[in-house]
Amino acid sequence: MHLVYPLVLAVLLFGIGLYGVLARRNAVLVLMSVELMLNAVNVNLVAFDMWLRDTLHAGQALTLFVITIAAAEIGLGLAIVLMIFRNRATSDVSALRDLAEPGAVPRARRRLRTARTRPGSEAA
Amino acid sequence: MTTAAALATGLPFLAAVLGLAFGRRFPAAARALATLPLAASVLLTWAVAVRHDSGGVTEHGTELTPTGALDITLSMRVDGLSAIVAALVATVALLVQVYSAAYMRKDPRYSSYAALISLFSAAMLLVVYTGDLIVLLVGWEVMGVCSYFLIGHYWETEVARAAAVKAFLVTKLGDVPFLIGVLVLGVGAGSFRIGAIVDGVPPGGAGWATAGTLLMLGGVAGKSAQVPLQTWLPDAMTGPTPVSALIHAATMVAAGAYVVARLYPVFLASDATLVVLAVMAALTMVSSALFAFAQDDLKRVLAWSTVSQLAYMTGGLAAGGRDAAVFHLLTHGAFKALLFLAAGVVIHLAGTGRISDMGGLRRREPLVFWTMTAGLGALVGVPPLSGFFSKEAVLGAAEHTAIDGGAGAPPAVTGWLVIVAGVLTAGLTAAYATRLWLRVFFGEARKPAPEPHGPTPVLMLWPLAVLTVPTVLLGVIGLNESWLPAWLGDADGRAYGSADAANGLLLQAPAYYDLAPRLGTSLAAVALLALGAGAVYALWRRDPAADPARVLGRLRGPAERGFDVDRLYDAVVVRPVWLAARATRFVDRVVIDGYVHAAAQGTWLAGGGVRRSQNGNVQVYLAGVLAGFVVLAVTVAVRA
Repeated sequence: MHLVYPLVLAVLLFGIGLYGVLARRNAVLVLMSVELMLNAVNVNLVAFDMWLRDTLHAGQALTLFVITIAAAEIGLGLAIVLMIFRNRATSDVSALRDLAEPGAVPRARRRLRTARTRPGSEAA
Repeated sequence: MTTAAALATGLPFLAAVLGLAFGRRFPAAARALATLPLAASVLLTWAVAVRHDSGGVTEHGTELTPTGALDITLSMRVDGLSAIVAALVATVALLVQVYSAAYMRKDPRYSSYAALISLFSAAMLLVVYTGDLIVLLVGWEVMGVCSYFLIGHYWETEVARAAAVKAFLVTKLGDVPFLIGVLVLGVGAGSFRIGAIVDGVPPGGAGWATAGTLLMLGGVAGKSAQVPLQTWLPDAMTGPTPVSALIHAATMVAAGAYVVARLYPVFLASDATLVVLAVMAALTMVSSALFAFAQDDLKRVLAWSTVSQLAYMTGGLAAGGRDAAVFHLLTHGAFKALLFLAAGVVIHLAGTGRISDMGGLRRREPLVFWTMTAGLGALVGVPPLSGFFSKEAVLGAAEHTAIDGGAGAPPAVTGWLVIVAGVLTAGLTAAYATRLWLRVFFGEARKPAPEPHGPTPVLMLWPLAVLTVPTVLLGVIGLNESWLPAWLGDADGRAYGSADAANGLLLQAPAYYDLAPRLGTSLAAVALLALGAGAVYALWRRDPAADPARVLGRLRGPAERGFDVDRLYDAVVVRPVWLAARATRFVDRVVIDGYVHAAAQGTWLAGGGVRRSQNGNVQVYLAGVLAGFVVLAVTVAVRA
């Protein structure tokens, strides 16, 4: 099989993932997009491993690493998203701006956010 | 011999260091620490003087860190002048320490006070003995600092603080040209050693000698309180009385005259300097005698009289009479210390320093009356007390300069200035001394005497008795050429003998080494003396309760304030300096700080622009990272 097919597949996956990370608002979808980008890398690793006929199969071994780490990462990420959703009743990434520089966020949106983060408004 | 001189200088210094370090912890030892090292110094200085006899110069020293063109030498230069003046300094200092042990016995800061007096004595002995101008300058400045601390001893009072600062600033003002003068002399002669400078002056004088000595006059005027820097000394009387006796009458203020005498061949070679010095002395002499007449405070009278008597010394130096000036320095050191110490007892008895509140003190403490009478007599120059002979020696030298002159003598004008001012001052001195004497000791007490403090401590009385001896008798040492002049040696320090005088080997004409009174000037001075004293006595007889100073009329107020020179300096110097300081502050606050603030503000604003992008949206950040990566990748690709 020619190397170009898996590479094109990887580029497509990576492009979709990049778009999702940059453009989607839902935190779960952002995490999923990150997974897509990671898997594009995995495809690359496996493809080049085969193409180079590596006797040690370092590419495949590394892919296993990436899958393991990605599983752990998605576990942590989903836990964070869950906690945020419990606290704020939203998982909109663009609304989570607590680390913004004061004055850099338009006024109306800030008021909305402070109302949501008032103590006592946490979900039971 | 130089080792003894070094020890005499070092012991009080050691005592001062120990006193400052441990005096507070062991107050019982302070008194012994103050007196015993100084007593050893007295013995050593006298031993040096006796051993020196009328020999030439003995100088030993080590070079301090040879660095380059001009080296500094740590050396002791014992010649007739330094040996005798050192003995005077150490003796007066010891008597003052003994007196202070009684006078300041209840003072909580006695230990530091005594240590400072020891430090002062060490510095003065260093100035006297050292053979190097830079080392002399060190001692000179240490004296200035001690003077500042001691004037400000009662720093709880505003007056003492102001007087201390004033004394420090005014003398420093003179020390700036003094320092430059020292450098000019050192560069001109190629060495800072006094011996080399004195020997290095070409016979006809030299530009560097004139420039250096003219600049040094600044320091002389500052330390010796001569016009135009005379204003600090009367204010300095707010310090304790023993300090006034030691520093501001007998020793430190004489340092100015001493330095001139020490470098006398250099001064003698520069006519311009001598004329300036003579003008300074004449002005100071007459004006401060007049001021003394108008004062109401006992110590201020004595302070102005000190200024006036110091002007006799500088005048004598200006007119070529080095030996005469040193003679007056010695007698003045004795009788002025006596007068101040006696004034301390008088103030102690009367409970006030104001002359208008005193009177009739003759019967309360006869010893003080008699010693002070002797001191005032010597001050006025009543024959045969010491002051008469020394003053006549100065006037005699001035007469020789004015009339006989000759090659190598100072310009005749200096002689005339000193004679006219000196004779006039003799009359004024008699007037103010008589006023003081009558108002303090005679008549009725104008204010009820305060509760007696108990008997005057005997430690305060016997320094008076000791000082009375030289006050009365010291004058005779000038009568024979083989006594004081032979002891002092020639102006460049070499031994002096009558054979040298006959052979013309000396720097000056033989008449300048003859200190015996001369008929013409003596008659004039004694006549004016009698006139001044008689006039005041007549005024007093007419109305014993009134102040004879009323004869000054409208002049009295200004004379009491020293002709308002302070206000003049305030307008001419202080205010412009204030204005300049304000302008500097304005420039600093507005212009220089403006740059600093603008730099900070600019950074802040630029940072604000960047901060706008920090809006909390993680996706924007990531987009930025991506954009950056793309730019880098494209750059690398294009470059490759």
